[in-house]
Amino acid sequence: MFKKPMSLLLRIAVMLSAAITVLSLLLIVGYILVKGIPYLTPSLFAFEYNSTNVSLFPSMITTLIMVALALIVSAPIGIFCAIYLVEYAKRGNHLVKYIRITTETLSGIPSIVYGLFGMLFFVTTLKLGFSVLAGSLTLSIMILPLIIRTTEEALKSVPDTYREGSYGLGATRLRTVFVVILPNAVSGILAGIILSIGRIVGETAALIYTAGTIAKIPENLGSSARTLSIHMYSLSSEGLHTNEAYATAVVLLAVVLFINLIANLIAKRFRKGKI
Amino acid sequence: MKKKLVDKLSTTLFFVCALASIISVLLICIFLFAGGVPAMAKIGLFEFLFGASWKPSDVPASYGILPMIVGSLYVTAGAIMLGVPIGIFTAIFMSHFCPKWLHKILKPLIELLAGIPSIVYGFFGLMVIVPFIRDIFGGNGNSILTASILLGIMILPTIISISEAALRAVPDMYYEGALALGATHERSVFKVVLGAARSGVFASIVLGIGRAIGETMAVIMVAGNQARMPVDILKGVRTLTANIVIEMGYAQGLHRDALIATGVVLFVFVLLLNISFHLLSNRKLVK
Repeated sequence: MFKKPMSLLLRIAVMLSAAITVLSLLLIVGYILVKGIPYLTPSLFAFEYNSTNVSLFPSMITTLIMVALALIVSAPIGIFCAIYLVEYAKRGNHLVKYIRITTETLSGIPSIVYGLFGMLFFVTTLKLGFSVLAGSLTLSIMILPLIIRTTEEALKSVPDTYREGSYGLGATRLRTVFVVILPNAVSGILAGIILSIGRIVGETAALIYTAGTIAKIPENLGSSARTLSIHMYSLSSEGLHTNEAYATAVVLLAVVLFINLIANLIAKRFRKGKI
Repeated sequence: MKKKLVDKLSTTLFFVCALASIISVLLICIFLFAGGVPAMAKIGLFEFLFGASWKPSDVPASYGILPMIVGSLYVTAGAIMLGVPIGIFTAIFMSHFCPKWLHKILKPLIELLAGIPSIVYGFFGLMVIVPFIRDIFGGNGNSILTASILLGIMILPTIISISEAALRAVPDMYYEGALALGATHERSVFKVVLGAARSGVFASIVLGIGRAIGETMAVIMVAGNQARMPVDILKGVRTLTANIVIEMGYAQGLHRDALIATGVVLFVFVLLLNISFHLLSNRKLVK
């Protein structure tokens, strides 16, 4: 009987904490939506950015280009790396250990350090300048660990009987990978790629000193441009267009929400398809 | 014959791609260290790490990053004090206290919390937490406390999802055994299950520290960014990450190299954290 008050206290603490977590999420999302939605005017999506109308349209285009470029580089490399790790590497291979450790290291590196590296390597050493290309190459390294890890998990969840069956029918290893294993892992891989799109859309620190902050639609891959997140940073640090900053935050949140939703749906389908 | 060749080529391709992470980490190390270490040598390692004044525009300039190191540590410690208890308790709620239907709602919400871009967190902090702190405690609101609260919220999803996984990995019989011995539900969960999951929970804290110390944009927007030794939790502070972003735009010569060296210090911090995370998570979750 004497231990009951402690139990009650713990129960209250646990529920309170969960409530705080949920409330802070609702507060953040709710506040941004309430403050921003009234300012989602058509002029905010005008084709051109100027100092009176801080249109977010050019930065949306830049974001799309950035996502596409980073994925073109990173998705094949990441997926092939995972294929090697799961399907090709022998057990107890030392190299695999190093690949795992470095992949984990990559996923822990703060984005500003990626930004510094991108500035030193892509911008200065490879002479790309502040450009869409330098920015997206920096991002492609940043999302690599995410793609490798999710693809690895997707490949691992394909049952071994599929592989044995395919080999039993005389298929080569390459054929087995592309005809039997990848089609069965495709939605898991897709979920990972979509998550990395979310990461790119939300990224700021890695891009300021690699892609720069010019608010125009980039003419080519060598020109500097800002993504939606950097656009929002510029707006809020200038402090002149607070309402537009709220509206931009709404767009960013909507994109992230949408991406999360899609990734979840795909992942769910993937799990259902398996069992 | 052709089939063999294709097989061989593809194997080589996969192998080369598999080296991508190793190559990236090597490149990052080489370029960061090559950019930062000479500056450290020039300034003097001791002077750089433990010098209390950062005045790059003075003559002679002084490049001591101790204020920023201390700033990062303060802000991170504050975030941990707020985020860890709430995060772990929420994880316990999700693994052992909440009904299934509620879990189905909570899980995506936590994922959403993880997905919100840091710039949006920063903006929220700037517009809501800063004025709130200003009204309650005075000062201008850009302070260690503000940054700690914001970071405390930002590390919640990391701590919750990893701790919850660790708690769920504990076999049910531990909990049932405790119940059978007459412990209450709460006592069984907190004494037995939490104890068995502790290395996973510690690992989540280490990852949370990594996230907090590396966070840049959100901190810049709420911390005030004065490059001096922190004096009071209601006064402003500058972190290592903020130092880089704020001054890199116009820095030149030794100043620029000193900023890269700041990045090196940050990188080493994070590497040490990663190693400890590795050691913690490699220990079996349940003995």
